[in-house]
Amino acid sequence: MNAELGQADAAPEPVLEATGVVKHFPVQRGIVVKRTVGHVQAVDGVDLKLYAGKTLGVVGESGCGKSTLAKLLVGLEPPTSGSIKVLGKEIGNLSSRRIRPVRRDIQLVFQDPYTSLNPRMTVGDIVGEPFEIHTDVIPRDKRAKEVKELLDMVGLSPDHVNRYPHQFSGGQRQRIGIARALALRPQVLVCDEPVSALDVSIQGQVINLLERLQEELGLAYVFIAHDLSVVRHIADEVAVMYLGKVVEHGTSAEIYDHPRHPYTQALLSAVPVPDPDLRGHREEIVLQGDVPSPINPPSGCRFRTRCWKATEKCAEEVPGLDVGDKGTHPTACFYAEERDVTHAVK
Amino acid sequence: MTELTAPTAQSEVPQASLWKDAFRTMARRPDVIFATLIMLFVFTMAAFPGLFTDKDPTRCLGRDARLRPDTWFTGEHPLGTDGFGCDFAATIVHGTRPTITLALTVIILSVLIGMTLGILAGYFGRWVDAIISRALDVFIVIPLMMGAILLLSLFRGRGSSGNLLETVGPAALALTLFGWMEFCRYARAATIETKNLDYVTAARCLGARDRRIMFKHVLPNAIVPITAIVPTSLGSVIVAEAALAVLGIGVQPPATSWGVLLSNGTQWAGGGYIYLFGIPLVLLILTVFAFATFGDALRDALDPKLR
Amino acid sequence: MAENVRVVGDTLPGADLNAPLLEVDDLRVEFRVRGKRIPAVRGASFTLERGRTLAVVGESGSGKSVTSQAIMGILDTPPGYVTGGEVRLHGVDLLKQGEETRRTVRGNHIAIVFQDALSALNPLWSVGFQIGELYRVHRGTSRADARKRAIELLDLVGIPDAKNRVGHYPHQFSGGMRQRVMIAMALALDPEVLIADEPTTALDVTVQAQIMRLLKQIQDDRHMGLILITHDLGVVADVADEVAVMYAGEVVERASIHDAFKRPAHPYTKALLRAIPRVDTVGRELEVIPGLPPNPASLPSGCPFHPRCWAADPEKCSTEAPPYEEVAEDHRALCHFAKEVYRDER
Repeated sequence: MNAELGQADAAPEPVLEATGVVKHFPVQRGIVVKRTVGHVQAVDGVDLKLYAGKTLGVVGESGCGKSTLAKLLVGLEPPTSGSIKVLGKEIGNLSSRRIRPVRRDIQLVFQDPYTSLNPRMTVGDIVGEPFEIHTDVIPRDKRAKEVKELLDMVGLSPDHVNRYPHQFSGGQRQRIGIARALALRPQVLVCDEPVSALDVSIQGQVINLLERLQEELGLAYVFIAHDLSVVRHIADEVAVMYLGKVVEHGTSAEIYDHPRHPYTQALLSAVPVPDPDLRGHREEIVLQGDVPSPINPPSGCRFRTRCWKATEKCAEEVPGLDVGDKGTHPTACFYAEERDVTHAVK
Repeated sequence: MTELTAPTAQSEVPQASLWKDAFRTMARRPDVIFATLIMLFVFTMAAFPGLFTDKDPTRCLGRDARLRPDTWFTGEHPLGTDGFGCDFAATIVHGTRPTITLALTVIILSVLIGMTLGILAGYFGRWVDAIISRALDVFIVIPLMMGAILLLSLFRGRGSSGNLLETVGPAALALTLFGWMEFCRYARAATIETKNLDYVTAARCLGARDRRIMFKHVLPNAIVPITAIVPTSLGSVIVAEAALAVLGIGVQPPATSWGVLLSNGTQWAGGGYIYLFGIPLVLLILTVFAFATFGDALRDALDPKLR
Repeated sequence: MAENVRVVGDTLPGADLNAPLLEVDDLRVEFRVRGKRIPAVRGASFTLERGRTLAVVGESGSGKSVTSQAIMGILDTPPGYVTGGEVRLHGVDLLKQGEETRRTVRGNHIAIVFQDALSALNPLWSVGFQIGELYRVHRGTSRADARKRAIELLDLVGIPDAKNRVGHYPHQFSGGMRQRVMIAMALALDPEVLIADEPTTALDVTVQAQIMRLLKQIQDDRHMGLILITHDLGVVADVADEVAVMYAGEVVERASIHDAFKRPAHPYTKALLRAIPRVDTVGRELEVIPGLPPNPASLPSGCPFHPRCWAADPEKCSTEAPPYEEVAEDHRALCHFAKEVYRDER
């Protein structure tokens, strides 16, 4: 992608690296004297590596910790333990003053295009706000021009700088949010469900925009979503999360065509395929019950309460995220076994 | 890339910002213009009483007491005289300055204190919130009157040299001290609501400092509920001052205020001298109405969706 | 079945059991906001037979939810007004009935399941009471009997330990379980038509699969007509028998499930099918529908889809309203070029 940079020597450095990241939120009771009665184990030991120009998809259901992970990666929440490096710089335990320069390199795109833009600011002020915060990036007199270029880059008319967010549709607002995130020319964008609030016909527009920007700017994405079909289109690598842990990690093809973890298989088989001819012919794994509470996750393997393969061993030991003997990619399951559920026809 | 146009087509206005747009919108509303005229009238009375009357409100003759204003707005006493034979028009006009100064001082100080504390408490939470919220509870529990009386007894008997600060100072201090809590509560609630919105997170993610977030993102949201309560508070400050005046600790004599006139007027209203009570009341209502309209319009104008 | 016939006659005078179960004919709804009339539904027509599932598909603002509210008679008036058309249940036009009859029809004949189960349930009463209330009000059963029926229903919709759960409050249930409670409430009076308005949009995929399976199974058991309102074409392909595609307040295509997906005759349907990302296929660039859904207050002239249409004739489509073209038996599309699109010639 960055052919002209041509740094073919040595292995490339990851632009974003998370090692053993843990985030526990204390659950407190009492009004005056607060005592901690437990912890929400939102993220529990996640390792990730992201290289320039690549996209890492993170999928999982609500409560799996993917949104907390997004906040940790951009330094909005400090991790309980573990390390997060952006371009080789540790951000996990920086003070808010020291973290400010790093913010230029990693930015966040939000899910809800209605609450992520201040309704009382014009589009020009919203997209230009990064320059007011980092005053040394662009001299004052050139900012207006830069804002217009950013709007143009995300496919909006530069003439719209004086409009307010409510005058735009959801897809357009999402573009405004992307323009704001790109203003400081970051290397990494963490996208937290960027299209799930949009209509189908608009989702494609925003995904294509993200892909074009990736090519033009050499961006790396962490693409967090619950919609597996969207992730398949944009991700090079995919990490599947369940209750704060990554249960399977591999290339897009490995995860979608050769899933090994029972949860990944169930998740994939539950996604309806828009083809009526496949009705009743697809292999369906319907899981029982709901995701357990992250305050008191099951012992051992956290998926065991809903898993059809679970044995006593699963309740006692925590499976590691290993490739295993016959495996091709890391899977956290004692009984990992490849099973194609997306194309499977009975 | 396809050019996208917003669903509602509008002509482009050059250079816009929230406040500029807000005032441009307000200037087009007739009720705002009417309210502005009333406010101008009241403020001019406060600033230049000489324009409205050439009588001295302190020159009172007992034989002229309670002259009804039979010849409205003309003659010796255009609005008649009060119970002590003072020219009523002059009394009202000269009472405007202390009244308005007092009311505005109290409101401005209360809003400043209340909003600052409310935003700080809501934004930082934890111990900051705990301290401010407890202080708030304490001040709410103490009745305004009791607190004010205690406080003012410290100033009592000093007399007044006619200096405006000394005239309204003690009353302003007392009313502010027990008047900021409502603003604080509203500001705190609005701040808590705003600080968890995604656009505040976005600003934090961009590296914005707390001060910037509070001024740019939180403050405009906190102002909205405040504008709704300012006009009514204005009225209650004027009335509360009257109550203090009865106790001799309000606006210091020889200066007078609408509040004092109102409370004096109630004595005569039953005996056919309703104008002594009615005229200050109408003035008060008009002023509160003007501020309410203005506050209402400001709130709407600050909401881009309603434009 | 004989028992059922008697009930229909009792609560819906003039019912003709030979007529189709539910016919919506040229339904028109408009919103009156600040002196302006904004059309939300501009002539929607479809038919639902016993035991069949009709999917009403459309993006936000297409009028699909307003249509369901008008059928139920729960449209907010003002600002919404039904301005024309007929909604015939067993041949009886519901729009001409008084409020008394309509109230009887709701619940007894037509019931609805909403997307947001949390706000559709009253947080102050136990779910058992809320379900039982329907029996007490509509059937005059005793408190104890109502409770017994509530337990039966909760059991039917797959809520484990229904005997104890009947006394719980809505917030004590998870999202999926709440949606099951909603379904139980809808089924309480044994309706003939069930309208499910985006019943799984707020749920995770694995839970969505459970709920859709439950709805399908209940429909089969009770031989109900099901109207499924959704934007998710994957779900449609999984459960529907017929499809009505809505755009800008009109049903632009009506077809059997197979025809709709395999041989669409409206350019919008075709574009929508191409725009959805799928788990079982890879392809980098997603095809998109350019532009934005129209603003109902200022619809484009002629065919409202023409500015975004790939098949449009610049002259004809922007001036003439398209005809309802019948391209095959029971397959109609609102397009000047429906036949060409159907034959894949355009």
